[in-house]
Amino acid sequence: MKLIQKIGLILFLVGITVFTVLPFLGNYTLTETQVRENTKDIHTEKMIEILAPMYGQKYSSNFSFLTDFNKHFNEYNDQLKDQALWDQVIWDDYSFPLAKTALASPVSDNPWLFLFLSVGLAALGGLLYNLPKYQGEPEGVKNNGVFKSSMKNRGWMGMLTGAYLILFYVILYWFPAYLVNLVAMVDPLSVILSGNPASQWFLYGFIYTLAIIVMGVRMFRKYRGNKYQQLRTASVMFFQTAFAFLIPEILVLFNQPYFDFKNIWPLDYDFFYDYQIDTFLSSGGVGMFMLIWGILLIIIGVPLFTYFFGKRWYCSWVCGCGGLAETVGDPYRQLSDKSLKAWKYERYIIHGVLVLAVGMTLLTIVNYFSGFALLGNVTNQLHSFYGFAIGSVFAGVVGTGFYPFMGNRVWCRFGCPLAAYLGIVQRFKSRFRITTNGGQCISCGNCSTYCEMGIDVRWYAQRGQNIVRSSCVGCGVCSSVCPRGVLKLENGSEEGRINELPIIIGNDSIKLNN
Amino acid sequence: MKSNRHVAIIGNGISGVTCARQLRKLDDNVRITLISGESKYFFSRTALMYVFMGHMKFEHTQPYEPWFWEKNRIDLKEDWVNEVDFENSTLNFQSGESLAYDDLVIATGSKPNKFGWPGEDLQGVQGLYSKQDLESMEKITEKGVNRAIIVGGGLIGIEMAEMLSYKKIPVTFLVREKRFWDNILPKEEAELVGRHILEHHIDLKLDTELKEIQSNQNGQVKSVITSAGEEIQCQFVGLTAGVKPNVDFLRETDLEVNRGVKVDSYFRTNIPNVYAIGDCAEFHEAPGEDRKTVEQVWYTGRMHGETLAYTINGKPTAYQPGVWFNSAKFLDIEYQTYGTVPPQWKEDEVNSFYWEAPNGKVAFRMLSAKDGRILGVNNFGFRLDHAFFDKAIKGKWQADQVISKLQKGMFDPEFFAPYHIEIQKAYQKASGRTVQIAKKSFIQKLFGASV
Repeated sequence: MKLIQKIGLILFLVGITVFTVLPFLGNYTLTETQVRENTKDIHTEKMIEILAPMYGQKYSSNFSFLTDFNKHFNEYNDQLKDQALWDQVIWDDYSFPLAKTALASPVSDNPWLFLFLSVGLAALGGLLYNLPKYQGEPEGVKNNGVFKSSMKNRGWMGMLTGAYLILFYVILYWFPAYLVNLVAMVDPLSVILSGNPASQWFLYGFIYTLAIIVMGVRMFRKYRGNKYQQLRTASVMFFQTAFAFLIPEILVLFNQPYFDFKNIWPLDYDFFYDYQIDTFLSSGGVGMFMLIWGILLIIIGVPLFTYFFGKRWYCSWVCGCGGLAETVGDPYRQLSDKSLKAWKYERYIIHGVLVLAVGMTLLTIVNYFSGFALLGNVTNQLHSFYGFAIGSVFAGVVGTGFYPFMGNRVWCRFGCPLAAYLGIVQRFKSRFRITTNGGQCISCGNCSTYCEMGIDVRWYAQRGQNIVRSSCVGCGVCSSVCPRGVLKLENGSEEGRINELPIIIGNDSIKLNN
Repeated sequence: MKSNRHVAIIGNGISGVTCARQLRKLDDNVRITLISGESKYFFSRTALMYVFMGHMKFEHTQPYEPWFWEKNRIDLKEDWVNEVDFENSTLNFQSGESLAYDDLVIATGSKPNKFGWPGEDLQGVQGLYSKQDLESMEKITEKGVNRAIIVGGGLIGIEMAEMLSYKKIPVTFLVREKRFWDNILPKEEAELVGRHILEHHIDLKLDTELKEIQSNQNGQVKSVITSAGEEIQCQFVGLTAGVKPNVDFLRETDLEVNRGVKVDSYFRTNIPNVYAIGDCAEFHEAPGEDRKTVEQVWYTGRMHGETLAYTINGKPTAYQPGVWFNSAKFLDIEYQTYGTVPPQWKEDEVNSFYWEAPNGKVAFRMLSAKDGRILGVNNFGFRLDHAFFDKAIKGKWQADQVISKLQKGMFDPEFFAPYHIEIQKAYQKASGRTVQIAKKSFIQKLFGASV
């Protein structure tokens, strides 16, 4: 390893360590004023009363602070629940805003410094590690040593990485109050972009975007000389940075609704939720445009683009989940399960999620127009069930945390309802297919091994058969790793798209009736 | 044919397996047994190098999941065949068991050539063909190898060189010929590959033969002595000077064996109901003008198996290969060939057009007859479409026509450099005739790579 790479690795590890330690710094002191400022009006008086014993006390860690907070808060709520006074129970979670305002730490005093020492060093280290890769070697995609690597072949390093990611997601989604130090660190950045202090989602979006950029650089190095991979990587980097991260924040700065123009229902499952619709409708022309743009994407954009280019136009060129999978997840793509059994499960699960998403959305819309007469409060519970099961557990914890265990497209392959929708169009009405080069396949298995979607590409290639599968995201890696130049991604005429040749080119012994 | 016959196939390589699969497709009742001592399940031999280099695990080289065999009722027998009792139609295995057959298919493949070099059986000296060879190579190169020597400049040799380079083991490559693989490749192509080998810091010694392998006191390889009299210290020697049919266990039986098992164009041997296909078969007459009597290529093995299944199934079918094709990868450079491109040709009978990109890694050659019809192409560093060239060569297209339509014959991914335009321009200049030159598409102008 080159010296620069070693330095990069050290910087990266230092950054990650600082990032991991930061949440434990500083102390917490809560005052009545802070409670007043950070609670909804209807809860203010009650919360001031509940938390009274905590005022002025100095807690030396987030654990002691949040334990005490939860004790007081739960005592109050449990009492009401015991008496079945459901309407008086406080369902809002105030732990995050109160912990954030009560925090006094070196991080909140010097946010830029700590941002540099943690995320900054990790990103810098990552770049220093990735940039000199393959220097002085001829161009060519090499997967040397992938299956001998502890990181990339489910060794202890991979397990550790997976465990770390899962833990991070669990805390981020369900216990964000423990991360207030990290959120404080990105506060000034958030203020610059949107004029508001950061939430845990801003922190997440920032790290997410940076991860795609740093690992995108790795893609440029690894696939140098391969124009398709280069352009595709540049595209996901651009869409994540501009559309998913910067534009929504800047919209907020201009007092417009937060909106990611490339996020499409049903992946964006709350697009039709009542509060979303209300936001669109109450934001004048821009809000109206967002609503119409979103609907046009769903009913015209998806089928039309998918007809012309296959679902790859979204999944491996635009989508944020895809963007992370294609960059951060690239080292793990070979871990996807290619067995027939996995394929069987895949079809049930992904279409199940699609049905669930559509059903839930229909109920929401009907409910909205019936003035909430249909379901009442059940809508909210349905929403929170879907948000928990699909939005958080599947898309987040499993989707990303499982990279080192089951490959980088677990979410896209088994869970994404939009992928299911795009896939149905792709399978039945599209000009896209992967073509195979006559009889040139040697069944070596590189294509199948490196297919992140778990498609047994070789099964088709060794028959000289075009590959038309609803799950294919068109990443093009099968074509890149093929040592015989057998595979090519194509948009052609629908005619001849599905071919089943019993005998492939080169053998004139057997004549077939065609 | 009676449907409940028992077909035993010795060898589960591409030939044997294709034959078994095709047979099952044609006949639901025939009993099929696939025999191999090398590995229980079929794997792609050509992918062994990728297992060594950690691109794949051995399981990944197996094209079918284990349930496939049971589902298709193809019995797998993991054992070595010691001898074939042709008189009693019985196979005797190393384990002591035996198996009766009605039809026998011999598909035992090849083994590495050895030419009686002194020291060729020492520890640390091996070829690369079987799974066992791979395991041996992995063990030997685990540690303590400071230099490796590869003898013989062919496809397995360059694969072995790449494998050893992955382990950062310095490699010296002894090639008897003046240029790399120049018994197959024309001069320019052979030189292109030679340059690329050097670019990978592999010590390519052309025009050099192996004279002797010397051992240390433990019977391990210590050094080799070349025809130039040079002694090179090494701990590993790869013998890759071609392969020969793996048929020694069939010699001294009633079966007619020369270099390989002698077969006619129906893969029939001199014994009824005994057939041979793949690497180990030797045709009485070459199956085509530009073909050899022993075909040792993955693709031909597949076609042998495909064809023989029809004969066994009672529809005697002669082997008629179509237009020749082959492919390989030399380190980072992909190579494909369609039709007939010999290393040398008679200038008064054949026109040659050769184009090479300025980077020296992308090249195209087309040979055509004096009457203008295309004979064959070689391409390096980019991809050409098999179906297109199969049609062009079979249809005896004029060279000008092929070049004019070259865009349709490209198989490179989107956004790749439009090599066909450069080739068309170069062809027009070289031939003095006008051909249609493709235009860059809008996307190519916007994003496409340049040559």
